Amino acid sequence: MSLELLGGRILAPYFGSGIYVWGSIITIFMLSLSIGYLLGGRLSVHNPSSSRFAAIFAVAAVLLLPLTIYAQGIMEFIFLRVEDPRYGSLVTSIVLFGLPTVILGMISPYSVRLLVDNVAESGRVAGSLYFVSTLGSAIGTLMTSFYFVLWFEVNTIIILLIGCLALLAALAFTADRIFAK
Amino acid sequence: MSIRLLLLLLLFLTPHASAEADKYGVLHEERSLYTRILVHQNKDLLCLKFTLVRSDSNQSCKDLAQPKRMVFSYAQMSMAALLFNPNPDRILIVGLGGGTLPMALRELTPDAVIDTVEIDPAVIRVATDYFGYRTDAQNLIFTEDARVFGKRAKIKGQRYDLIILDAFNGDYIPEHLMTVEYLQEMRDLLTPDGTLVANTFSSSNLYHHESNSYRQVFGDFINYRRQDTGNRVILIPQAQRNSDTRTPLSEELLLDRARALEADLRPYDVPIVRIAADVAIAAGAKPDWNLRKRPLSDQYSPANLLRKR
Repeated sequence: MSLELLGGRILAPYFGSGIYVWGSIITIFMLSLSIGYLLGGRLSVHNPSSSRFAAIFAVAAVLLLPLTIYAQGIMEFIFLRVEDPRYGSLVTSIVLFGLPTVILGMISPYSVRLLVDNVAESGRVAGSLYFVSTLGSAIGTLMTSFYFVLWFEVNTIIILLIGCLALLAALAFTADRIFAK
Repeated sequence: MSIRLLLLLLLFLTPHASAEADKYGVLHEERSLYTRILVHQNKDLLCLKFTLVRSDSNQSCKDLAQPKRMVFSYAQMSMAALLFNPNPDRILIVGLGGGTLPMALRELTPDAVIDTVEIDPAVIRVATDYFGYRTDAQNLIFTEDARVFGKRAKIKGQRYDLIILDAFNGDYIPEHLMTVEYLQEMRDLLTPDGTLVANTFSSSNLYHHESNSYRQVFGDFINYRRQDTGNRVILIPQAQRNSDTRTPLSEELLLDRARALEADLRPYDVPIVRIAADVAIAAGAKPDWNLRKRPLSDQYSPANLLRKR
């Protein structure tokens, strides 16, 4: 959600802050998350492990990195080729946010697989996960829009997000090693 | 109860606003994609508002008894632009409001081509229906975001002799229209001797951040404030040049030009001679804001959060 909010900021210089810009961003986030859920579920079937789980975080972190470096160039490229700001912002959202959001979407279903030990408690585990992830989204939204934008630059916030993902990847990886022994 | 009695009662209960509507009240109200639009009349004063809560939310007002009169000081102050170049060929206005500025400039500079950018189609409709805004071959409207318009105009090689930044929403200026990158884009759209005018307010903490953003892009500028209002109009003649290579403007020159404009501006109630004297003083003044406050950029633009700090 933090990323989604920043998306509005990132796109505004090239495509304005019209309602269609938010329409593009939300559409692409929803679409990417849905694909991510599907892929995460598929992936969880084959040899699920915390190391693989860690890899999802790591890949998401790496895929977010270009956003801080190439966003300007990419937006300029699209701006010059797509005249209509509606489709311009839609294409930009796909290119900038599509892939990292797909990967982020894989986390939830994969977590379910790792945390569920038996069918009887699967509902409870899934409920807890939805609780944590949606609560996290709410906190991310609030902190980003109320405070982070006041304290940091947009790129600094994205680097913080990348840092968090990398840290979680490291934690999950280490946990796997410890428990494997 | 008979039908007749019921009708009589209904008539009695109907607010007699209909008889008063031409003198006082809300004539039009709509929720657009961007803001809430209200057209409010108080005696002869017809005003466009974007919110109802605050009393200072008037975007534009028209005096029906004297339709040309510029009701707001900021509009009068913006006319100072004509002191630097009385005959601009191409004018860009960002933000339509009630259309006061484009309509006045259309008459004052009849040879100029005026491009006005307004994001909200509802504002354009209301300006046309209630405030007499009219487009023609030399007075054009573009329903677009100003950032998008500016970038496209630059690619097309468009240049303007005068740019007036006057985009407001119900809150203040949209955040992406206050950043140094945006100001640089506007600067790139000016002819070498072109003037930039920006209508802002001096009444919040944002004043410092905003002033430093203009300073970063344009160097020194004329910070035109009036004691009686919270309006602050930024005037930058020859805005494309570095501030130390701009031609100095003497008070005599400004006053001479003001006297030449005086008759034309009288119907608009613009005290241009007094404005010229004020501008001459403002041109020599030192910055009165905190120079250490951070300029706003596309990376850092929590503009409307900074207002109250």
